[in-house]
Amino acid sequence: MYDVQKIRKDFPILSRKVYDKPLVYLDNAATTQKPRQVIQALVDYYEGYNANVHRGVHALSQEATERYEEARGKVARFIGAESPDEIIWTRNASESLNLVAYTWAQENIREGDEIVVTPYEHHSNLVPWQKVARDKGASLRILPMREEDNSLDMERVDEFITPRTKLLAVVHMSNGIGIINPVEELARRARAVGATVLIDATQSAPHLPVDVQGLDCDFLTLSGHKMLGPTGIGALYGRREILERMEPFLRGGEMVLEVWYDRATWNDLPMKFEAGTPNIADAIGFGAAIDYLEAVGMENVRDHEIALTAHALEAFKELEEEIDVFGPRDPERRGAIISFHSDIVHPHDLGTFLDRDGIAVRTGHHCTMPLMRELGVIATARASCYLYNTEEEIDALVDSVKRALRYFSDGAG
Amino acid sequence: MALGNLDEIYRDDVILDHRRNPRNAARLKDADIAADGVNPFCGDEIHLQMRLDDGGRVAEVGFQGEGCSINQATGSMLSEAIKGLTLPQVEALSAKFHEMMQGPEPPDEMLTALGDLGSLSKVRDFPVRIKCALLAWSTLEDGVAAGRG
Repeated sequence: MYDVQKIRKDFPILSRKVYDKPLVYLDNAATTQKPRQVIQALVDYYEGYNANVHRGVHALSQEATERYEEARGKVARFIGAESPDEIIWTRNASESLNLVAYTWAQENIREGDEIVVTPYEHHSNLVPWQKVARDKGASLRILPMREEDNSLDMERVDEFITPRTKLLAVVHMSNGIGIINPVEELARRARAVGATVLIDATQSAPHLPVDVQGLDCDFLTLSGHKMLGPTGIGALYGRREILERMEPFLRGGEMVLEVWYDRATWNDLPMKFEAGTPNIADAIGFGAAIDYLEAVGMENVRDHEIALTAHALEAFKELEEEIDVFGPRDPERRGAIISFHSDIVHPHDLGTFLDRDGIAVRTGHHCTMPLMRELGVIATARASCYLYNTEEEIDALVDSVKRALRYFSDGAG
Repeated sequence: MALGNLDEIYRDDVILDHRRNPRNAARLKDADIAADGVNPFCGDEIHLQMRLDDGGRVAEVGFQGEGCSINQATGSMLSEAIKGLTLPQVEALSAKFHEMMQGPEPPDEMLTALGDLGSLSKVRDFPVRIKCALLAWSTLEDGVAAGRG
């Protein structure tokens, strides 16, 4: 039995008030709150065994190294990687994506090649490829979107994924509108033409089971803070054969095996890609976040969020005259992200109104400006849920939106 | 943190009037200065055009935009306020506006002197929204700087 109230007790911040009103935190696609288990893991490290990793012979360094590498193992297991060596720590998903763009793509993309993305990409999975395409004389192809439910037009995929496709780089769950892309099918088609497959799972892995074997991908990105972990830590999964063939990204300490004045050899995976002292504390905190998610169970998280989504979509139906909700109506095809727009009130004005009711949503383009253009809006208001949100919070959101529509319906917004 | 009442910015007669009836909304053809601004955080847009008379004063202004009520009302007020000013005067007014929004609590005389623009000082109680009132001005400054060459 999923006990959301019990889960909420693990998150100290959820009991705070905003403007004397209970906080309703619905900005989880931007960042998630942290359970005390994660916060405690950081404290334990700094108070109990703070030391640099991989170099000291002393007890603290050994302990820190053990915990740090254990966290890597947790990430590997969480996404079904064959080995912890296939997990590279980064600062965030953007760095994970740039790592691939600056190494693998620079070495492998050639003139005339095509890189296929979707309209839903976060700027971080678009802008790096723009540079690669420019540098190499390759081109970017954007998979087409269906107007009726803003989903990918799968019937036209073969026009875009062709023998010229060298890389498929697609987002699993859209942070902008919550849609879940059929990435297994896209990956299968890309494999069939010999392309490399990268999946941006930054938004999906926190909310549903993700398995790199099932997805059959070569690269996958994660961000710790979007899945109950600390900021400043992310991960890149890479298939071992590919990582072994790749040149390093950043160069310096830790990533080398032997160094001469004029040359160096590279350390083994994953350290080949991890120059300098890493973010030890936050990697350990990320591991604690994964422990937490696994204890709840990702299937349970997903089921809870499907129920929240169904509840929200039903509640917003009442406002369909005034509000457009983007993405498919089927909760199974989307995450618990409700992105919406109204001609009555601009998203920022709506966001300010909701804020005064203690409700935190994100307004703006969500780092998906091309998607906003496809949808014909400059910005949306976005309520994004997580495992600790409740139906009562959705009701509070809808109630506040209703009052906002009345408040602004005289043209003030 | 000061808690601004929503009515201060959404029920203010001057702000409402500019929001509902934006001034100088027609796009100016044959403009001497044109500038487009976008707020990278939210995507809001401002488009400004100015025609100068022989004395180098702003004779005509065009303002269009997409954005929230503060962004739009500011653009409309700005389009009225800069008419008749020389470019250095436009820049001085912009500095004054920035001071009102981001400097110490502005005295009443300053608000009076700024006319309609003075009503926007209430946005100070909504700190994250101050940038919404500044986009039109930074766009204007970019245009003036580029026009100077």
